[in-house]
Amino acid sequence: MPFTFSIYDFTGFTQWIDATLRGACSPFWAVLWEMVIVGVLFLAFYAVVGLYLVYAERKVCAFIQNRVGPNRVGPYGFFQTIADLIKLLMKEIISIREADKLLFNLAPFIVIVTSFLALAAIPFAKGLHPIDLNIGVFYVMAISSMGVVGILLAGWSSNSKYSLLGAMRSGAQIISYELSVGMALVTMCVLAGSLQLSVIVEQQRDLWFIFKGHFPAVTAFIIYMIAATAETNRGPFDLAEAESELAAGFHTEYSGIKFAFFFLAEYMNMFIVASLAATVFLGGWMPFHIPGLESFNHVMDFIPPVLWYIGKTAFIILLMMWFKWTFPRLRIDQLLNLEWKFLLPISLVNILIMAFIVLMGWYIGL
Amino acid sequence: MTEEIIIKEAPEQEISINMGPQHPSTHGVLRLVLSLKGEMVQKVEPHCGYIHRGIEKMTESMTYQQIIHLTDRLDYLSAHMNNAAVCLAVEKALDIEVPERVKVIRTIIEELARIASHQLWWCSFGMDLGGLTCFFYGLRDREKILDIFEETTGSRLIQSYNCPGGLMADLHPDFQRKVKEFIVYFRKLLPEYDELLSGNIIMMERSKGIGVMTKEQAISYGMTGPSGRGSGFSCDVRKHHPYHAYDKVKFNEVLRTEGDTYARYMVRIDEMRESMNIIEQLIDNIPAGDFAVKMKPIIKLPEGEYYQRVEAARGEFGIYIISKGEKYPYRMKFRSPNFSNLSALDALTRGHKIADLVAIGGSLDYVIPDIDR
Amino acid sequence: MREIINYFKSIFFALKSLWTGMKVTGSYFFRPWTIITQQYPENRKTLKMFERTKGELVMPHNDKNEHQCTACGICQMNCPNGTIAITSLSIETPDGKKKKALDKYIYNLGMCTFCGLCVKVCPSDAIVFSNKFEHAVFNKNKLVKTLNKEGSTLKKGVE
Repeated sequence: MPFTFSIYDFTGFTQWIDATLRGACSPFWAVLWEMVIVGVLFLAFYAVVGLYLVYAERKVCAFIQNRVGPNRVGPYGFFQTIADLIKLLMKEIISIREADKLLFNLAPFIVIVTSFLALAAIPFAKGLHPIDLNIGVFYVMAISSMGVVGILLAGWSSNSKYSLLGAMRSGAQIISYELSVGMALVTMCVLAGSLQLSVIVEQQRDLWFIFKGHFPAVTAFIIYMIAATAETNRGPFDLAEAESELAAGFHTEYSGIKFAFFFLAEYMNMFIVASLAATVFLGGWMPFHIPGLESFNHVMDFIPPVLWYIGKTAFIILLMMWFKWTFPRLRIDQLLNLEWKFLLPISLVNILIMAFIVLMGWYIGL
Repeated sequence: MTEEIIIKEAPEQEISINMGPQHPSTHGVLRLVLSLKGEMVQKVEPHCGYIHRGIEKMTESMTYQQIIHLTDRLDYLSAHMNNAAVCLAVEKALDIEVPERVKVIRTIIEELARIASHQLWWCSFGMDLGGLTCFFYGLRDREKILDIFEETTGSRLIQSYNCPGGLMADLHPDFQRKVKEFIVYFRKLLPEYDELLSGNIIMMERSKGIGVMTKEQAISYGMTGPSGRGSGFSCDVRKHHPYHAYDKVKFNEVLRTEGDTYARYMVRIDEMRESMNIIEQLIDNIPAGDFAVKMKPIIKLPEGEYYQRVEAARGEFGIYIISKGEKYPYRMKFRSPNFSNLSALDALTRGHKIADLVAIGGSLDYVIPDIDR
Repeated sequence: MREIINYFKSIFFALKSLWTGMKVTGSYFFRPWTIITQQYPENRKTLKMFERTKGELVMPHNDKNEHQCTACGICQMNCPNGTIAITSLSIETPDGKKKKALDKYIYNLGMCTFCGLCVKVCPSDAIVFSNKFEHAVFNKNKLVKTLNKEGSTLKKGVE
């Protein structure tokens, strides 16, 4: 297989790697080597994205709050979060005498592993898609909802009342908001007719789903944004942490690198829900096309798909940061009210409307 | 032999939690012992004394001029009002009439301090509710007032600008211009406070109907200031017992009858507007004259008991002096508004959630050094 | 029916109020030039404090190394915290009279509460507050300062 590399299509490149490896060693070792390569790449990706999302959040919140933000370490404070990470690495890991040692140590790993797993199914660009599961949407949903186990364990095993309250809040919150996230995604899957993320992206070739599905798609998008913000435990739904009420919620007793795990996982979860939203609603790596305007579509095709993907994800992340730094926090009963009295009924009706629209063919597009 | 399985319902346990002395939302070293049933607060027991410095005892070995700088350190956000209380008490005891200029300047600076204090309260209330952005907007605007203070008094927070008989120094020539600029600036930015927090649905849901205190309760707990006026208790000392130049200006006593957290919130927001009205009426008519009366270097109050109250930013600040005719007071007692307001916390929060406790605490706006003295 | 209308009305009102808040924060996000943060150590050269800022107590000396302190001790008496300690010695003036003169004016910055009484009561305006506010030291003994300079004398004409 000849070496090909194109920023517009990574399929040739990944196939070339596969073919080269299979030519050099037995299939078992070839797969193993591929796993190692992807794993190392993902680890690096994870660290870079996690750290720079923290940096981005600090800068965004600083600008929203009319101040400068980190600006001491490196130009524009670019290495601030790296310095913070080094500090966290060097800090003492405090062990609690009365804590359940095993679960206490296990909890941050559960949280971080689940956020790591979900990355595997996300299509980053054409051909840059680790595993193209035929139940991609379902897989991401299922994996990302497992993170709550880690949070519950962290709160429970810390043997602290503040942590326990935070964990219980988080449990109630995530279990109920999972529903709305699922419903919003199901609405879009009805439109797409598939759960496979690559198919979903491919179907948005002529028009993104948020425009194609017009009214119900926009509603689903708003519901997804609210529910996803809640599911990632971010403000205004950061009840599990609630620093003005519970000191730090479920991770009150954690220190050093274990705390950093929770911190990174929060940002990675945000990245995952944002990229899922970008994929399902905004077309993933698919450039912006308008049916009928061929020259415009052609210009749009010149922008590499990776940039489209990153841009859309960044936009959603910015939106979520904007939420967090504007609104006060909800109370736990209001949070559940919002879910069970507003989001869930609306999204159920929304699915019906969407199904009807799909059946009648009333969506925009060819 | 079969084991008899008895399924016993687990008794509903109350857990007790220590909130403070180090906790982000107790605004200092206040310690609250909470009894919780799940998330519901059953009982709140405030434990004071973590920042007790014995200021009342310390005043017994200080001259009246020296006492001023200690009153700064009670409620540091209404330092100027506390100073004025001592000065007014001494002036009343010695039967001194201070010049009109002093009265007007004291009024203006007190109102500026009230605005600054309410801004900081708004910051911390927003933060208690979880909206961190409020904190920075409030502090940004408060900075302007602190600059005005620094230019005239030399200090930003604890000014010690008053002294018995007048003021420590005359106004800075730039004072009037800067205050006028500030009024223009803040009138433009105050609506932003409403857009960001007051009108926000989450904030309304979290504060309306939470921590309701009736007028009778407010009076019996001695809640004064904006917290009392939110319950409809007309307790503005400026209105009922005018001092300084308050009898010469027109202003409304902000009253609300709902008595919940939102009412206490809105009273403070509206009070900022009223304070700006007061300043606008006075800033162009500062009479010329001396900035202080010539006093004897050693002030001796005639034997007797004196009480003076002023309206501090958090309520009625009273000062009670027993003099035996010496240069030191025989006994001094401060009636601090926060102490009485804190006493109502238990009644306000029973049956609410922890999140409400934080919101109610924020709406009471307590300053811990004032509680502990 | 009314309930359903109210239900949607409440949703609409909620979204509107949230959008109002987001407009405020969003407008600041896109207006970074409104930032008022001062970059403190960098702007040290241009940083100007207000002339009345109470930074620390100093005793101005003129170019002949003369100060105006007569060691009367009024500031020491008026200080609420015992921040000021004055040691005096008696010197003989040329015309044979014995006179009190300043030996050491010791000022403990760590105890000062900046109430300003000392400056206010000083009969000969010997002490003032300077604008210097960078007081951080590693040893608190360094906060105890002697304000009069080595070998300084009383300015002529000050009694």
